[in-house]
Amino acid sequence: MRVRKRANYWGLSGVHPLTLAWQSWCYCGSLLTRFPVKYSIFSLARNALSNHVNWPRAWRSPPPRSEYDVVIVGGGGHGLATAYYLATVHGITNVAVLEKGYLGGGNTGRNTTIVRSNYFLDANAHFYEFSLKLWESLSATLNYNVMYSPRGVLNLAHSYADLEAHARRGNAMRVNGIDARLLNRDEVAQYVPLLDCSADARYPIMGGLLQPRGGTVRHDAVAWGYARAADARGVDVIQQCEVTGFRRSGNRIEGVETSRGYIRAKKVGLAVAGHTGHVASLAGLKLPIETHVLQALVSEPVKPILDTVVTSGAVHFYVSQSDKGELVLGGDLDFYNSYGQRSNLPPVEHAIQALIALFPSFSRLRMLRTWGGVMDMSMDGSPIIGKTPIANLYMTAGWCYGGFKATPASGWCLAHTIAEDRPHELNAAFSLDRFASGHTLDEHGSGPFPWRH
Amino acid sequence: MMLIPCPYCGPRNVTEFEYGGDANARRPRDVDTAAAPTWNDYVYLRDNPRGLHDELWQHHAGCRRWIAVRRDTVTHEVVASAAPGELPPR
Repeated sequence: MRVRKRANYWGLSGVHPLTLAWQSWCYCGSLLTRFPVKYSIFSLARNALSNHVNWPRAWRSPPPRSEYDVVIVGGGGHGLATAYYLATVHGITNVAVLEKGYLGGGNTGRNTTIVRSNYFLDANAHFYEFSLKLWESLSATLNYNVMYSPRGVLNLAHSYADLEAHARRGNAMRVNGIDARLLNRDEVAQYVPLLDCSADARYPIMGGLLQPRGGTVRHDAVAWGYARAADARGVDVIQQCEVTGFRRSGNRIEGVETSRGYIRAKKVGLAVAGHTGHVASLAGLKLPIETHVLQALVSEPVKPILDTVVTSGAVHFYVSQSDKGELVLGGDLDFYNSYGQRSNLPPVEHAIQALIALFPSFSRLRMLRTWGGVMDMSMDGSPIIGKTPIANLYMTAGWCYGGFKATPASGWCLAHTIAEDRPHELNAAFSLDRFASGHTLDEHGSGPFPWRH
Repeated sequence: MMLIPCPYCGPRNVTEFEYGGDANARRPRDVDTAAAPTWNDYVYLRDNPRGLHDELWQHHAGCRRWIAVRRDTVTHEVVASAAPGELPPR
C-alpha cells in the first residue's frame, strides 16, 4: 500500500514553504514595477491634488488580435486569475481573456463573498487551503485592495448528529493542517450575540464548527485586481466578446469564433462557470454537469451587527454583513435546471424565514436587492479542473456554489495545466474522467444528483 | 414564481413539486451486459441544454404522480407536459 505524504503547513506535500515564499516575493516584486501607477498613499495624495482626473485606466481593453498563444474564455475571477498566473508564474503573456459581457458580470459579481477551506475530503482540503493562503496575501500581490477579512466562518450545529458530523470534519481539517475549533452552545452565544440560542429557539443551537481564518473578500475587486495585474503584464483583457463556436481540426481546437471575429489560438481554457455546459457543447462535449440557479439577497445597510459569517447546513442558510453594512444572505438552489440569472420569490422567502428564525432582532430590516447566478452543479459536488478529451482544450468548471473562494487556486491550477499540459498536484484529483473511473469526490455523499450537492 | 402544468391537477406552483432531473437519461436495457462507458453516460453525462429541456417532476403536494415537462431553461416557459415517456417528439 502506497503511503501518501502528509500535507505540510502550506497544504502541499512537495513544495517547501520557503520556496513558495520566494516565488511569491519574486513575482510580486517584478509585478509592482510594471503598473502605470502603483496604488499607494502617495499616489492617492498626488491624485487628490488634481481632483482625481489623472488616474490611468486599470486595463487597456484593446481590440482582439487575430491569434494568441492562449485564449481564456470567461472574464470572471477564475479566467482572469488564470491569465495572471500564466503571465507571472509561467511567463506566458501572449494571452487573451474573452468576456461576453462586462468583467466579473457573471458569478464573480453575484456571489456572497465567503472564503473558507473547511472541507472534509483531502483533495478539497488541500486545494481550498492553498487558495485561502493566496487570499491572505492577494491585496499586496495584486496591489489592489480585495478586502480580505478573516472574520471567521461558523457552521451551526442544531443536533447531536450535527455536532458529531462537525467534530468529524473539524478533525479532518486539523489533520490536514487547517484551523478548526468546535464551539459549545455558550461559546456560540458569546461569539454571535444576536443569534437566538435560547431553549425555545425555532432552530436549537447545540454548538458549531468555526474556521477562524475563513471570512469574506470583496468580490468585484478580485476581478478588477486580477485584470489590472494581468493587463500590466501584456495580457489582452477583451470585453463584449462572446465565443459563439470553435473551429476544430482533428482532435485540436484551431481557434474560437466570437462576436468580434475569428481568433486563432494554440491553447484554449474555459472558465465560464454556469455556462460550461453550453460552451462545451459548442465544442461537442457532453459533461457531468447540470446548470442551476443560486439566489442571494442583501438587506438595507445598517451599523455593524454581525462580525462573522454564520451558516447552517440543516436550515440551508448563511448570512454575513458586508463592510457597507448590508446583511448578505442566501440559502438553497432553486433545484431545477436553469440558465436564468435572476431571482424569484420562493427561495427569497425561505432565506428570510431562516434569517428571522435565527436572528429575531433582524425582522425589521428591509431587503434591498435580490439576484441570481447560474452554476455548474457537478455530479459529485466537486470541481472539474484540467484537461478535456480535446487535446488543447482545458477547463475549470463544476464549481457548484463554491467557486468564489477557489478563485486564486483555480487560476493557479488551470494556468499550470495549460502551461505544462498536465495537472498540478493540487488539481490532479479533479479530473473530468474521475467519474468514469469511480474516483468521485462527494463531500455530502449525495450521489449523482447534481441538485442535491 | 413558476407554474408547472400537471396533466392531472392543472397548473400549480413549483413549490408543490420535487425535481427529478433529465427525462431523457435512459437506463441501459441490457443491465447485465452493458459496457462501462454506457453506464457512465447514463449515470453521469447530461445534455444540460440552454433552451428546451425535458425533465421529470413529482407532484408531491398534489396527485403525487411523476410527470414529464418540456421547459425552456432560460425563460422558464413550459411548452408541454405529459406522463413520463409521453412528451411529443420535438
